[in-house]
Amino acid sequence: MSRFTAKVVTANDLRLGDVVYLTADDRWTRLHHEAELIDDEAHAQLRLLHAAAQKLVIVGAYLADAKSGPNGPEPVHFRETFRTRGPSNYHHGKQADLVA
Amino acid sequence: MYSYSDFDESFVRARVAQFTDQVERRLDGSLTEDEFRPLRLMNGLYLQLHAYMLRVAIPYGTISPHQMRQLALIADTWDKGYGHFTTRQNIQFNWPKLPDVPAILGALADVEMHAIQTSGNCVRNVTADHFAGAAADEIADPRPYAELLRQWSTDHPEFQFLPRKFKIAITGAPNDRAVTKAHDIGLRMVKLNGETGFEVIVGGGLGRTPMVGMVVRDFLPVADLLPYVESVLSVYNVLGRRDNKYKARIKITLHETGRDEIARMIEERFAEVKPLFGGDDQRLLADIAQAFAPPAFRNAPIGAYDAFYQADPVFRAWADTNLAAHRNDQYAIVTVSIKAHGQTPGDATSDQMRVLADLAETYGHGDLRISHEQNVILPHVHKSDLPAVHAALVQAGLGTANVGLISDIIACPGMDYCALATARAIPVAQEIATRFNDLKLEHEVGPLKIKISGCINACGHHHVGHIGILGLDRAGVENYQITLGGDGTEDAVIGEKTGPGFAYDQVVPAIERIVMAYLGLRSEPSETFLQAYRRVGIGPFKSALYDTGAQDAA
Repeated sequence: MSRFTAKVVTANDLRLGDVVYLTADDRWTRLHHEAELIDDEAHAQLRLLHAAAQKLVIVGAYLADAKSGPNGPEPVHFRETFRTRGPSNYHHGKQADLVA
Repeated sequence: MYSYSDFDESFVRARVAQFTDQVERRLDGSLTEDEFRPLRLMNGLYLQLHAYMLRVAIPYGTISPHQMRQLALIADTWDKGYGHFTTRQNIQFNWPKLPDVPAILGALADVEMHAIQTSGNCVRNVTADHFAGAAADEIADPRPYAELLRQWSTDHPEFQFLPRKFKIAITGAPNDRAVTKAHDIGLRMVKLNGETGFEVIVGGGLGRTPMVGMVVRDFLPVADLLPYVESVLSVYNVLGRRDNKYKARIKITLHETGRDEIARMIEERFAEVKPLFGGDDQRLLADIAQAFAPPAFRNAPIGAYDAFYQADPVFRAWADTNLAAHRNDQYAIVTVSIKAHGQTPGDATSDQMRVLADLAETYGHGDLRISHEQNVILPHVHKSDLPAVHAALVQAGLGTANVGLISDIIACPGMDYCALATARAIPVAQEIATRFNDLKLEHEVGPLKIKISGCINACGHHHVGHIGILGLDRAGVENYQITLGGDGTEDAVIGEKTGPGFAYDQVVPAIERIVMAYLGLRSEPSETFLQAYRRVGIGPFKSALYDTGAQDAA
């Protein structure tokens, strides 16, 4: 049996398409480090169900690998890192929209 | 160019109205995402990594100045001031918001454009030689046939749920600029005993199983085009595999069934289908053909062009790379490079779109084309106007003299935008172009096509690049596989893998080693990269890539 690795719940905003993350207090945040870092597999499945039910707010919820960092959860895979900031060819997306 | 009939107009308007309602119902919760997704895809709306993406068809790559200005307006009003021209003669907007999409589709309908059948398992945008109607080597303009195919395939009830997507490309010239051999159906116009017809190629395609298409009919009289293409689709619709997405394209059907058997079944179906057309298609074709009548070419001296060519080296460099032979020898075909060094291949700003529209109107008989190589074409420019056109292009950042050279790179959006991508493609293209511009080597290197895809689906056509680059995810790290010797012309060849891939920061040095190896081994400066590769094989390039002891091969 493979060991469960920590996750965050992520999705895209229904209206804007922007990347969002589920927080521990049931908000959707634009910031990866505000997401709830989930260590338990059963809890992860419950949180994913909770997210997927919010079909007027988000699209395509899934669990993404994450790890603990000094400011909160950090992405593990490069795809998720790109999702936290936007494209590399223009200063568009989160890197422009969010003042860190 | 073709103008919408009342039927086209009402069909497109009805679609906008339907989609407007569908978006409202998605936003108020009446439709779930599972219900809405196929509806939005039918209208070209994808959800990508950071945002929605709207893919708009530019049928057979032909667009008017008026339409180009509308794309600029859409980019400014609802997006971030630019658009991305794709390898299938579409334009993609990367940042639309879902509630705005109905208005965008309305704005497109205002100029006879739409996003219908730019996604889904249907007949996609029919692509054509971007020099159609202008090229010196052309038998006839293929676009009337492309328009006939567009009308026939749009909302065709039998072909809305094919086993998989279906791509048709058409060319009227022996020099294939439309990559016909890498399409589900490729149509190449040919002459036989004075009669015009098509060589019909079926089962080409790139993606995870790249294949060069096979000829199923050597000579199809032009009048039989529609019933024959319908027969191909009909046979595929029955035989094509719906059990496995990765084996669903017609190229797999062809290989599993065999070319001779498929050809026999197509002919059998053709015998049934042809009588049903009863000549209606030919009457329609005759009407369509009138819309593609050549412009009234000007008869004027070209001495000013010759003098300018001699006097101005910057103009001369541009003319040498970016002009192609027009069928009227007072004219030239201008390829406007959308590949300025260090910029994103295929991205044009709204200001650039307006400049292109103005130039087409002032100097280009109101005609613009989008090429599958992600450039924009002014197909009919009188040679005496070329200095003025060049000056205006330079002012707009569109004067790059690199068409067909190492920095004229095809790159898919890759993981900077695409939800399917496994690695980035755009920054690799930017860095290669920047590096060779710094080296001041690209004119010395000569014709060389680099094509980059950010995943195995091969939107960046890497298999048919002289140098192909495929970005993959290897154990959570971007890794780039290189292929050599690919060719997308009438002599289509799938490139050969060199060996282990390269890490992101090792790709540009790897490409540089390949190019330096070529410069060292070519028999003379006129021997192109592809010719040299065919002469010496992959061996010397492998040595250059891997026998350095320094590369980071993974």
